[in-house]
Amino acid sequence: MSFLDSYIYYIGAFGLILTGLYIILVKHNLIKVIIGLGILDTGVNLFLISIGYITKGTAPIFSRPEIDSEHMVDPVPQALVLTAIVIGVAVLALALSLAIRLYQHYETLNLRKIKEQKW
Amino acid sequence: MRRIFAILLLIIVALGISLSLVKIPFGAPKTKVGRYYIEEGVEETGAANIVTSVVVSYRGFDTLGEVTVLFIAAIGLGAVLTAGVKEETRKTEPASLVLYTGCRLLFPLILIFGTYIFIHGHLTPGGGFQGGAIIASGFLLIYLGCRERRLSRIASNLAESLGGLTFVVIGLLGLVFGSYFLLNFLPKGTANALFSAGVIPIIYIAIGFKVGSELAGIIDNLIEES
Repeated sequence: MSFLDSYIYYIGAFGLILTGLYIILVKHNLIKVIIGLGILDTGVNLFLISIGYITKGTAPIFSRPEIDSEHMVDPVPQALVLTAIVIGVAVLALALSLAIRLYQHYETLNLRKIKEQKW
Repeated sequence: MRRIFAILLLIIVALGISLSLVKIPFGAPKTKVGRYYIEEGVEETGAANIVTSVVVSYRGFDTLGEVTVLFIAAIGLGAVLTAGVKEETRKTEPASLVLYTGCRLLFPLILIFGTYIFIHGHLTPGGGFQGGAIIASGFLLIYLGCRERRLSRIASNLAESLGGLTFVVIGLLGLVFGSYFLLNFLPKGTANALFSAGVIPIIYIAIGFKVGSELAGIIDNLIEES
């Protein structure tokens, strides 16, 4: 139980990352590959946030001057994830736009049927 | 065959990760850097929200790079989607009265909420990136609800360019007034006041305009294509 208590966030984060990686490696539909990319992105963000967590932590904001700074969580991973989420959205949109163009050119999203995309 | 190969690869990756992660305890304080920011951040930058002071002040140059990545992604999307497309006028069914009125009622409220989020970025949870995303969600509502209203390309480009320009110019003013890029040259004021923390709120407002107009432009491009 204590093992689960202390590692459940890491397990969840890397579960998401590995799920996304599996989808990217196995699926043939380009839209599904992009969905896998999104899941992987979420997993990385969750992992960064859980690395910075401190037991019984609060948000690192001094909304009241007498607030205790001892239990504040690490602000650096939060700052990184804050920008990474927005950039993740933009990159996902870019990938989707490329998928739109690919579909208009080949009239399929199946990566097996697109010769240059086969592995 | 491919599936087995993928699963084998994942097992190797998972083993490597778990071997290294066992040594990192969950919930323990890890870095001295984060502790330093929490203890000295309010004194040094004047912002009550430490995450904001890390994003805009301590790692402001990094944020400038991230804003540039966002800009390049938006430009790339626009270039990919609009290259060589003929202008076609598509027929759109007008929205029902309830939907239309609801959209028009909610849109200014969403804009005000987004603006509140990025103006108070140095005091409360939130900031330019979050406020910009909220503003873009307002534009998404307009596009889905009442499609005959469109985002003005010129206004959106103007907001985007002015946001980016303000960020860079304030950074360069730090070089003029002091010693380094993004120096906090304005008076810091008292913590937890709206006019405090020097250049941090100005930069975050600029980021808010930039992110909001970029995400709205992305939505505009994608909806035009669909």
